[in-house]
Amino acid sequence: MASYSTTDFKRGLKIMLDNDPCSIIENEFVKPGKGQAFSRVKIRNLKTGRVIERTFKSGEKVEAADVTDVDMQYLYNDGEAWHFMDPESYEQVAADEAAVSDAKLWIKEQDECIVTLWNGNPISVTPPNHAILTVSETDPGVRGDTASGATKPATLESGAVVQVPLFIDIGDVLKVDTRSGEYISRSKE
Amino acid sequence: MTEHSDWQATASLKALRLRADCLSRIRSFFDERTVLEVETPLLSQYGTTDPHIDSLRVSSSYQDQTRYLHTSPEFAMKRLLATGSGPIYQICKVFRDAEIGRRHNPEFTLLEWYRPGFDQNALMAEVEALVRQLLATDMELAETLSLRYTEAFERYLGIDPLAATVETLAQLASEYGIDIEMDSDEAQRDDWLDLLISQVIEPQLPKQQPVFITHFPASQASLARLDPSDARFAHRFELYLGGMELANGFHELTDPTEQALRFQAERAQRREAGKWDVPEDQHLLAALQQGLPDSAGVALGLDRLLMLALGSDDIADVIAFPFERA
Repeated sequence: MASYSTTDFKRGLKIMLDNDPCSIIENEFVKPGKGQAFSRVKIRNLKTGRVIERTFKSGEKVEAADVTDVDMQYLYNDGEAWHFMDPESYEQVAADEAAVSDAKLWIKEQDECIVTLWNGNPISVTPPNHAILTVSETDPGVRGDTASGATKPATLESGAVVQVPLFIDIGDVLKVDTRSGEYISRSKE
Repeated sequence: MTEHSDWQATASLKALRLRADCLSRIRSFFDERTVLEVETPLLSQYGTTDPHIDSLRVSSSYQDQTRYLHTSPEFAMKRLLATGSGPIYQICKVFRDAEIGRRHNPEFTLLEWYRPGFDQNALMAEVEALVRQLLATDMELAETLSLRYTEAFERYLGIDPLAATVETLAQLASEYGIDIEMDSDEAQRDDWLDLLISQVIEPQLPKQQPVFITHFPASQASLARLDPSDARFAHRFELYLGGMELANGFHELTDPTEQALRFQAERAQRREAGKWDVPEDQHLLAALQQGLPDSAGVALGLDRLLMLALGSDDIADVIAFPFERA
């Protein structure tokens, strides 16, 4: 089994911790004047998304996690799993609800997503930063109101609810930022 | 990975000027006190046996030798003392493998000096005088606080570091939110103490007040002589300022037999930790046989002093090209 020493630690390194794959966010080297050195590390659990702090004695070894990020196309949801395909190898994977998590609110069929695989199995899905989605439900648009800055909620075809300007109507196609969940503009697509 | 801007210095021009000014003021300080500036080799035939410091090894094609970049000029400077140099100081780059972080760069600048006839108290007074002088225009410093190692643990953690069980130390670390897997046998006492002092005590030390921590446990004596009146402690001190360790000094061990025993103990510790072995510095042992004058010596991290002068919390702010850009 591959392993890393604390001297290999850097942002983005994938390690196993408490039997879960994790990614190092921050690594701080701590040492008293003389004596034992330590690495104080901020780590994200890639399954739960939770961030924890852990301290390691310098030189300690930890198991490497076999984690890769793959660009994949979202195919369909069969009611239980979300299916993705690697457009190069045509290989398909099925992600469960825990892995898809909030990403499911932003993706529609054929969107390019980043699927994080641990030992070949999907553990998380990152939607494209910008999604193009059609409004499926909102209050009737107020024509001409492009300046007041007032907003209303709109439900998108994928299920996400975003705050939009008052002039937006059902059937409008919007560009939204999936990281902040914010409306960017109407889309011409 | 090389970024486009990686060729540039991380230190500002102000920091570079501050460094140059600091070097010249240090030289005047020692010149006035008739302490001799010396140079010793960076590439030594012997490395450090310290189980917590790794030398960088360099291979030379000359007679197929391995040389070690010095981690401190201590051994060579002691050889000069044994030759009768009198008081000496040195400003040099030292190298410690894989020590890298906001307060560490694997290659950094030490000011190290030795005072024959001084004990740790006399040397601490001189360290304080120099630091106050160098920071006079940059920092408002309150009166100096001096705490014995045990007093520091009592004051900030409410325990006696030598009497507390190792389980108690581990429990305390956990109470302070430190999540670590480390054995809690008696053999790990110093590791737990190191963890607590660096992560719990250091951040609580007053920032505007020089703090000397003295009388380290004998197990952390390093190259200091033991207290003749209480051999549980060593005549070793550290200076903290801004919550950061700035200097480490000893009333030096002069006994060659004791020195040889400490080398052996450190080598055994290295073996146990699975680290590579280091030959003992035979030149130092021979110099001690010849006779090292009763002296006190100290090493002060100049980069950290500059961080304080600049009000910075990142060593990259005071080094033109830190390790990643070297």
